[in-house]
Amino acid sequence: MAGLVSSTAYGVLALGLVIAATLLIGTFALPLSRTTSDFYVASRSVSPAWNASAIGGEYLSAASFLGVAGLILAFGADMLWFPVGYTAGYLVLLVLVAAPLRRSATYTLPDFAELRTESRTVRVVAGALVVTIGWLYLLPQLVGAGLTVALTTGAPRWVGGVLVALVVVVSVATGGMRSITFVQAFQYWLKLTALAVPVLFLVLAWQADGGPTPGAGPPTFRERTSVELTQATTFVVRAPVAMRVTGALRRASRTTSTPYAGEVVDLAVGRWRADAGTRLTFQAGAVVPHAQRLQPTDGEDWVQPLSGAGGRDHPLYATYSLILALFFGTMGLPHVLVRFYTNPDGRTARRTTLVVLGLLGLFYLLPTVYGALARIYTPDLLLTGRTDTAVLLLPERLVGGTGGQLLTALVTAGAFAAFLSTSSGLTVSVAGVLSQDVLRGSVRDFRLAVALAVGVPFLLSLLATSLPVADVVGLAFAVAASSFCPLLVLGIWWRGLTDVGAVAGLLTGGGLATLAVSATLAGVDRDGWSGALLAQPAAWTVPVAFAVMVVVSLRTPSRVPASVGQVMVRLHAPESALVQR
Amino acid sequence: MRSLIRLQLRLAVGVCLVFALLLGGLPLLLTVQPQLAGVEALGLPLPWLLLGVLIYPVLLAAAWFYVRQAERNEGDFADLLR
Repeated sequence: MAGLVSSTAYGVLALGLVIAATLLIGTFALPLSRTTSDFYVASRSVSPAWNASAIGGEYLSAASFLGVAGLILAFGADMLWFPVGYTAGYLVLLVLVAAPLRRSATYTLPDFAELRTESRTVRVVAGALVVTIGWLYLLPQLVGAGLTVALTTGAPRWVGGVLVALVVVVSVATGGMRSITFVQAFQYWLKLTALAVPVLFLVLAWQADGGPTPGAGPPTFRERTSVELTQATTFVVRAPVAMRVTGALRRASRTTSTPYAGEVVDLAVGRWRADAGTRLTFQAGAVVPHAQRLQPTDGEDWVQPLSGAGGRDHPLYATYSLILALFFGTMGLPHVLVRFYTNPDGRTARRTTLVVLGLLGLFYLLPTVYGALARIYTPDLLLTGRTDTAVLLLPERLVGGTGGQLLTALVTAGAFAAFLSTSSGLTVSVAGVLSQDVLRGSVRDFRLAVALAVGVPFLLSLLATSLPVADVVGLAFAVAASSFCPLLVLGIWWRGLTDVGAVAGLLTGGGLATLAVSATLAGVDRDGWSGALLAQPAAWTVPVAFAVMVVVSLRTPSRVPASVGQVMVRLHAPESALVQR
Repeated sequence: MRSLIRLQLRLAVGVCLVFALLLGGLPLLLTVQPQLAGVEALGLPLPWLLLGVLIYPVLLAAAWFYVRQAERNEGDFADLLR
């Protein structure tokens, strides 16, 4: 931890630079935002290159930047599906909704819902879902920001969340969507640089170290390692292990701790609990005890997919359900869709998405490398449970010295850019719904709505500090896939969709997924089929939502809107054909 | 107009299906043939190479193919109206 203190100055400098750049670029674009239309969609005049960078910048969140590497560190090959799913979601979005959505010429998801079904009720339900998904997705961003700022500067956990919330409110409320577009395009390239440059040094250092691979057995410490537990931690010892203890320790089943002042203690297999501030020192080769809520996979299973990572009982089901949620959830994320309205026409919307796929593919090559290196060099994170900080710790561990500190500052800057860009995008979407449907839609209302949109998840983030960020983001995808995906796909491709069918499908799919997600977050036990079905609900909630929407629509044929023919032409006719008529 | 929508839908579903078979088949294949996961190529275990690296160019190629076909369908439609 001593090394971290001396790198605090660099970390603070990095955070300051990212915040300053974000606000400056936002201010630079400020004179251009005059009308409400500028605020929401940059008057739909952003070029594909800018827009693709901005979409990439907005999409790569804390989950991508920190979470994926942390998951790979703990669980290995099964977690490779996360980045694959995050990217493939854009392919599904491209082929099913990109161009028609742009041609619908609507600002937000509720706008689209109302255009297609001619119903205020559908609009209200869609609005409520946008706010739910938005808040669910904002929560881990703010938690991640707290974690990062606490690690780099030693500040309390709430500081990072406050910083992100303030910067987002200032930049969004003053500049709206146009300034956001430029800020986020900048942030994509910052994030890519912040992972790509350190990875070169990390891989060189790894080769200089003899290119070790993760061992076949359970994770072990490579060298003598000292771990300080900043909060009281319950951990599981899987093989008898000797450690030097300074602090207090007890079996988890007992109530009183034994104090130690640096003695060597032999711990038997079982659950143990250390008081806050306890320091444990392990010899090289010792098997890493792991935090109780993590069940990391052992060597063989770590390398192989479908190994039941994270103590899941039905890995094949969980894998398929995750794939489904990520593939079909991307199109239903409110902050992703809002970006498509800023394309000039349907054709550019498609080409923008193509560029986005390239940019995302490039980025997602990197977190895997971090995750694999973290398995070798930072296994102590399995004990503290802070696997999400692996990306931030690796440069210091592997490179060290001033170089390591500079690289740490760079990844810190990238991580903060990730929280800022995703949070601003989500805030714009949630605030758009709040200001247009709850308030009256003026620019002043929009500013009030922005404060509300980011304030609520910030308060929630103070209560939930130990959420693994990639998991919570996965749950937001599941809710989106079970509600907006059927609405968009059926709305765009099927004339028979009715307002009653849409409401029934949104409520059933969105409701079931939200319930399952809430049960998982509340910590309902994860054993057996019921646990698997609740932890990864998409595989059953998505088909149920589609089925309900179709069946109810078929039972209410008289409610197919009269305008459906016109709307279909608007969604699907190429602009080139319309100009010529 | 209806024929254009049908054509575009067929294209979209086609791309999705081919991709779903490729990607969705992978967990199934690894369940049926677990020894495949132990195969190494280019110094990486096969699943890591496929999911960590090779999948991304494939995604990009599928997207490129779709954009080209979709624009061709729309071009034909515009020509028809002319």
